[in-house]
Amino acid sequence: MMRVERTIKYDADRVKGFGKEIMNVPGCEQLSNCIQCGTCSGVCPLSIYMDYTPRQVMALTRADFKNEVLRSHTIWLCASCYACAVECPREIRITDIMYELKQRAIQEGIYPKHFPIPVLAREFSQMVLKNGRITELLLVLRLFLKTNWRAALGNWRMGLDLLKTGRLSLRTEKIEQRAELARMLAAVDGKGGTR
Amino acid sequence: MKYSYFPGCSLKGLGRAYEESLLPVMQHLGVELEELPDWNCCGATAYMAVDEGKACVLAARNLALVENSGRQQLLAPCAACYLVLNKTKHYMQDFPAMKDTVDRALSAVGLRYRGNIAVRHPLDVLLNDVGLDAIKQKVLKPLDGLKVAPYYGCQVVRPYATFDDQHNPTTMDRLLETLGATVVRYPLKTKCCGGSLTGTVPEAGLRLVYILHSEAKKRGADCLATVCPLCQFNLDAYHAGLSRQYGPVLVPAVYFTQLMGLAFGLPVQQLGLNRSAIPFRRRPATVAEPTHQAAPAGITPGA
Repeated sequence: MMRVERTIKYDADRVKGFGKEIMNVPGCEQLSNCIQCGTCSGVCPLSIYMDYTPRQVMALTRADFKNEVLRSHTIWLCASCYACAVECPREIRITDIMYELKQRAIQEGIYPKHFPIPVLAREFSQMVLKNGRITELLLVLRLFLKTNWRAALGNWRMGLDLLKTGRLSLRTEKIEQRAELARMLAAVDGKGGTR
Repeated sequence: MKYSYFPGCSLKGLGRAYEESLLPVMQHLGVELEELPDWNCCGATAYMAVDEGKACVLAARNLALVENSGRQQLLAPCAACYLVLNKTKHYMQDFPAMKDTVDRALSAVGLRYRGNIAVRHPLDVLLNDVGLDAIKQKVLKPLDGLKVAPYYGCQVVRPYATFDDQHNPTTMDRLLETLGATVVRYPLKTKCCGGSLTGTVPEAGLRLVYILHSEAKKRGADCLATVCPLCQFNLDAYHAGLSRQYGPVLVPAVYFTQLMGLAFGLPVQQLGLNRSAIPFRRRPATVAEPTHQAAPAGITPGA
């Protein structure tokens, strides 16, 4: 069925205080200086795939449009190439703001559920927590299982290449001090702001 | 010269050809590398999206282990490891709350990071510690006639690197020229390869990879030289899908350390060149264009 949605935002859509919250995170303060020049969107190699451009995300965040920002694909399409951050004439750490928004979206459980990127981030962190290291192929297989197992079959050619070039190893990489690592990471829990 | 060595997960996995070529090349130059015992994953870009505090703790454990080992220099060849380890150093310096979080987590297991480790990329060490003169002396088989597109990608030069320019890095260009290669002009040298988007959103990720290939091809490059395991994987492993979608635009992607090994005359089998899906074959010298051409009549040489 066709979904009809309002294309402009009302004042009532805002979540008052969200912009302030983000700008209070150390490293995100410069957001208040954004002049909406659009340099970030211009240099971003992925902005053409985004629902909101980086410039729009900056404006929406500052103007308290929390739900629009946290549900957007934009924050997940950011590949952390830092092109925007080094070009921004107002020295806004845009990449780090994107990271902050990704964390909020995961914490609040409102990221696009079957979008593979947040799933990858979650699977990645769980594997590190368990083993201390990443076994790349196992991670990729888990990602495919959780999102689109048919895609794994579509990549049979790559599997064959990896086998031929001696890179298809599924031996789990682990560190010795896994208990130590778990205790360390547990010590971070229970504390809110970290940056 | 002694360095602690942080391979990272990729250099033990899909990017093992990077380690296979890096180690003999460094040894050949007299650079001593000691793998950091029981190092853990740096967290890469994925962990930063889940929990920045924990991401920094993960990275800081490695820095603390280096300090315990008595070393002061840490070599991190993977671009993501290099960025995250440096980012953690910056966050601990810039944000007191982050420093508290990391200090508390490390002290829970009796570790401490005092802030004294320099995280270095091999390009930095090769140009600034070893020096191009010393490298030139080791070149036995110059890469004459080989046209290389130098591809740095994002995270080695942005935003924390201090050893090269963010917009137009040249360390690898100069290194490749020292090896005798011809460096082609490659304006996309710091453009993003798509990172993990090649797997998660192929429509967007693979297009970026295609653009890198087609530009290298257009510039007449025989190969792309990379400094990052994810860049190399993206440029190499998706060749079947890329060719299907875009036609014959692909250029072999090799690690700069593999080219160094070739120029040093190290045994080819030891350089991991068999790990690439797009085969890289050194053009035989007989095919190389003659360097001394007679000047056409009517034109004064050097005019």
